[in-house]
Amino acid sequence: MNGGSAALRTLSPAAAAAPPDRTLLLLLPAMAMLVLMFFVPMVLFFVRTFIEFQGGRAEFIALARDLLFSQPYLTALATTNWIALTVTLAVLLVGYPIAYYLTTATGPSGSIVVLAIVLPYFTSIIVRTFSWMVLLGEHGLVNDTLRAIGVISEPLPLMYNRLGVLIGMSYVLLPYMVLTLYAAMRSIDPLLLRAAEGLGASGFYTFRRVYFPLSLHGVLSGALIVYILSIGYFITPALMGGQHDIMIAMLIDRELEVAVDWPAAALMSLSLLAVTLALYAIYYRVTDVRRLIGAR
Amino acid sequence: MVEVDSDLAARGAPAAVGELALPAPVAAVRGAIELRGLTKRYGDETVVDAIALSIAPGEFFSLLGPSGSGKTTTLMMVAGFVRPDGGAILLDGEDIAAVPPQKRGFGMVFQNYAIFPHLSVFENVAFPLRARRWANGAVAERVSWALELVRLGRFGDRHAHQLSGGQQQRVALARAIVFHPAVVLMDEPLGALDKNLRFEMQVEIKEIQQRLGMTVLYVTHDQEEAMSMSDRIAILNRGRIDQVGPPGEVYERPANPFVGRFLGEANLIEGTIAPQFDDGTRLVLPSGHELRAPSGSRCSGGAQGMLFIRPERIEITPGANAVGGPRDNALAGRIRRCAFLGNILRYAVDVDGTAPVTVDLQSAVGVAPLPAGAPVVLRWPVADSLILPAEP
Repeated sequence: MNGGSAALRTLSPAAAAAPPDRTLLLLLPAMAMLVLMFFVPMVLFFVRTFIEFQGGRAEFIALARDLLFSQPYLTALATTNWIALTVTLAVLLVGYPIAYYLTTATGPSGSIVVLAIVLPYFTSIIVRTFSWMVLLGEHGLVNDTLRAIGVISEPLPLMYNRLGVLIGMSYVLLPYMVLTLYAAMRSIDPLLLRAAEGLGASGFYTFRRVYFPLSLHGVLSGALIVYILSIGYFITPALMGGQHDIMIAMLIDRELEVAVDWPAAALMSLSLLAVTLALYAIYYRVTDVRRLIGAR
Repeated sequence: MVEVDSDLAARGAPAAVGELALPAPVAAVRGAIELRGLTKRYGDETVVDAIALSIAPGEFFSLLGPSGSGKTTTLMMVAGFVRPDGGAILLDGEDIAAVPPQKRGFGMVFQNYAIFPHLSVFENVAFPLRARRWANGAVAERVSWALELVRLGRFGDRHAHQLSGGQQQRVALARAIVFHPAVVLMDEPLGALDKNLRFEMQVEIKEIQQRLGMTVLYVTHDQEEAMSMSDRIAILNRGRIDQVGPPGEVYERPANPFVGRFLGEANLIEGTIAPQFDDGTRLVLPSGHELRAPSGSRCSGGAQGMLFIRPERIEITPGANAVGGPRDNALAGRIRRCAFLGNILRYAVDVDGTAPVTVDLQSAVGVAPLPAGAPVVLRWPVADSLILPAEP
């Protein structure tokens, strides 16, 4: 590296003026961790699976086809996407006003909302899911309260069904949406809203023509990140869902733990990984990640 | 409303290349603004203190003052973004306190342009029209008229970030006038431009204002800008109006030392005010020397005062014999230094018993500046002098 830059120095004074960027070295520990703990195990999993596969290429393709077009897989695929989509929309609808509130809030009330959003973010997902189960169960807080005040006579089915999954996942994923939207909204110059208002636009028109379009990249980023996280979800649907709420990650788990069918699990994992990476590619296109975390 | 507007748009249709087609100057009948005892407090601090003003339709009126003088706060109260703590704002005789900003119908130009970054130039200018639900055809016609007016006719498709600062400023201007508001509010619109461009834009804004006959309420801290454009200027100082008047009047006859200094280089020679004499007021310097000014100053004899004289009014001649006449004041001094400022030579002259006096002379080719230490006589007309009360 030094030899190379020395050679450059003799060739071009301009290159000599800019020393080699050593700040990249700062990423080494993180890179090492990522490679050792994520990349290597994943590659090993796939490689081992395919090495141990008994049979030729034609058989493998047949297996893949049978698996990826099998009824359980297609059902799980549809369920996963439906849940992910619903959760994304729900989180967006709930999160957008909260994020807007945060950009305008000053003083203690704003801090309390930030705390309420961020604190669960740092709490174990299992703890949070069990908390919801305490609330939503047949003899949970919600049903007991409603029965006590006489609104209902039979407990509402709030859990072990699709509704439970949606409630649990939306709650867990809300902070990602709120924080993403908040970052996008904070970068909107308040002067633009004042200008719109001063030039005759109503509050709604200002929102529709100025504020929302300017927050749109935040909406897209937030929706994509929630969607990406949703399609790989496992714990919440496993604990709060019913027997029909099988998501892809649960199907993979079942293949590994129950059926001990590694090739099937690997194939499904690959498909999930491909979809996730494709969505991430879009996410990367619409989002300047550095801006998202506050850099200018 | 639409009929009137399309009529105006037809008059404003571009006629020939290179010539701006503008409606003929019209005597403005709408757009009178009156401020009565307008007050704004933030906590204990009164940032705008009982301001009273009356602006005529079609007048170019500037609020001039240093930062913190309350000029922007005043403008924001007129615009409706800041709620006054007292007083009233009248538009054509009607109190608009209860009218929200979007219903006040003012055109607005902001300091940083506030161009909508996600919209094209065309859509930026069209914004006030679309907000008023104009039909597409009328919008297109009017926007191209406004863009021609600011000489951005070919830039409609561009995005804001593709434009230079001066061009963005023109977009903001077009957007403010596109719906023919009777009143346009401008908050330091040229603050971010460099000096040459600023001068160019001053001329353009003034021209457009005159041709459209609109009232402009203009906020600036730049006294040259205010003087070159305004019909009248209000000089604000710590939330109060120190003086209101046409540029020439506030420049030549400042109400107090602050106004005198704020509008340009000023000599304020301190002394004691002598009792009135026949046709004027006299100021006695600590050295015993007497200076005269026409009567009419609001000063009583015996009080501390200042004689105000602009540096360019003073003549400078070599010599030591300083005898004033009935029409002239004279002071003897010595050149302290001379600065070459391009079009003028600025002398600082040491005078007994007072701070150095500044004298501006037109610089001329081949004329050597007077050397430092040279004895000189300063002479200026009594008529141009003004005696002001000393600052508290």
